[in-house]
Amino acid sequence: MPLIKIRDLHFYRGNRAIFEGVNIDIERGKVTAIMGPSGTGKTTLLKLIGGQLRPDKGTIEVDGQNVHKLSRSDLYELRKRMGMLFQSGALLTDLSVYDNVAFPLREHTDLPESMIRDLVLMKLQAVGLRNARNLQPAELSGGMARRVALARAVALEPMMIMYDEPFTGQDPISMGTLVNLIHRMNDAMGLTSIVVSHDVAETAEIADYIYLLSGGKIIEHGSPVQLRRSGSQWVQQFMQGLPDGPVPFHYAGPEFKEDLLKPEEYA
Amino acid sequence: MIKLIRSLGRWGLGTFERLGRGHLFLMHILAGIPGLFLRFSLVIHQVYSVGVLSLLIILISGLFVGMVLGLQGYNTLVDFGAEESLGVLVSLSLVRELGPVVSALLFAGRAGSALTAEIGLMKSTEQLSGMEMMAVDPIRRVIAPRFMAGLISMPLLAAIFSAVGIIGAFLVGHGLLGVGDGAFWSQMQAKTDFYDDIMNGVIKSVVFGFVVTWIALFEGHDATPTSEGVGRATTRTVVHSAFAILGLDFVLTALMFGDE
Repeated sequence: MPLIKIRDLHFYRGNRAIFEGVNIDIERGKVTAIMGPSGTGKTTLLKLIGGQLRPDKGTIEVDGQNVHKLSRSDLYELRKRMGMLFQSGALLTDLSVYDNVAFPLREHTDLPESMIRDLVLMKLQAVGLRNARNLQPAELSGGMARRVALARAVALEPMMIMYDEPFTGQDPISMGTLVNLIHRMNDAMGLTSIVVSHDVAETAEIADYIYLLSGGKIIEHGSPVQLRRSGSQWVQQFMQGLPDGPVPFHYAGPEFKEDLLKPEEYA
Repeated sequence: MIKLIRSLGRWGLGTFERLGRGHLFLMHILAGIPGLFLRFSLVIHQVYSVGVLSLLIILISGLFVGMVLGLQGYNTLVDFGAEESLGVLVSLSLVRELGPVVSALLFAGRAGSALTAEIGLMKSTEQLSGMEMMAVDPIRRVIAPRFMAGLISMPLLAAIFSAVGIIGAFLVGHGLLGVGDGAFWSQMQAKTDFYDDIMNGVIKSVVFGFVVTWIALFEGHDATPTSEGVGRATTRTVVHSAFAILGLDFVLTALMFGDE
């Protein structure tokens, strides 16, 4: 049974449809990527899975529980088993690196400080930032902040982690570090990972399965190899990063020639 | 004409919707307050940033308001040969009105705007969302302690404002203008009633603290998560707080002193 089962998901912002009949299965123990152009609602999908947004139609089940039918306290219990890595890291800026990682442990457990210290150091060691524990979030680079956030996300030993655009704006070294960490964490901790991204090369490197989203629908899904071999022009454009194709280079509107012949607009 | 009616309707709906959201937000905060007694250190930390850090502006403003009140009051009273009553005039105006009102306005400018900016930025940097995803309710963990801190700090700041103001008036009245110190203090003691004057001022300052902190926290929590949105929310906090303070001051004064 998949860990996450999304069926006939519909979600609207005002009159704009973000999702129209999306079905997704996220298998346990695997790295599943949700990819698509900017503005296709990838982050929104993670917020729907986490219960921060409600779908207009359809269901989302996580570990057999319908997220949007749960009471507030049950939802919070479920969230303790879900980790989420925000694009910005979302570290608490008034706490040090150490206190950020200790935060979920202090909030949800009665462990003594000595044990919390051991756990925090273990998690920071795993992301290579044990010696940065006394720094403040403002002193970290973007990549370091994401690694601290990752240590925090796994502090409570969750069953799954959702990564929101983990590679955006990273230099090649921290990009490589993050790719490696996501892969390693998933295997070492027996996690299920969902990576939302539009960085094709990095994501395809670690993903076991990929869903391609566009215009509120799943355009294609399969393993990275299957997608690369796909006959769909749209999939080829996206996977190879071609500037023009089914997704046009020009924003929709009248022809350039027509526009040039309409000087009265600026009169 | 239709356009005007339509925009008026939209404005009205928007305002009532915000009012509703504001009240739901308040209910959520109030529900979180009992849990704070188990973790009072969270509140104490906030009393420092909301209250203690506002002390300087309260002390300096209080001193100058008191000194001006001493000068102005003396100049008026001396015409009637009643300059000995300077202490009463100063203490009543400070304890009943100026203490709670001016310190609340300063509190809104200093602590209220800081609260809105802080919460607004926490929202725009996804810290509040992050907390929710860690199964920590941000309203109980972040907002409620700040609300409680505002509620505790405001009456104390108003009391300090009034006390420093009276000292300022005494320095001017006695030191500069020669009002007898015995008359200044004894008349003040005789004519200032604990329940009718001091407690009424305290009630006002508690109400102002409640309203200003509520407005500041709500504006931060409701802010559009962009730098422009946070900037606008901070301005709204100061403006709405000022309206609320002055409007409520009239209502409270009418209720408490109206039958005298």
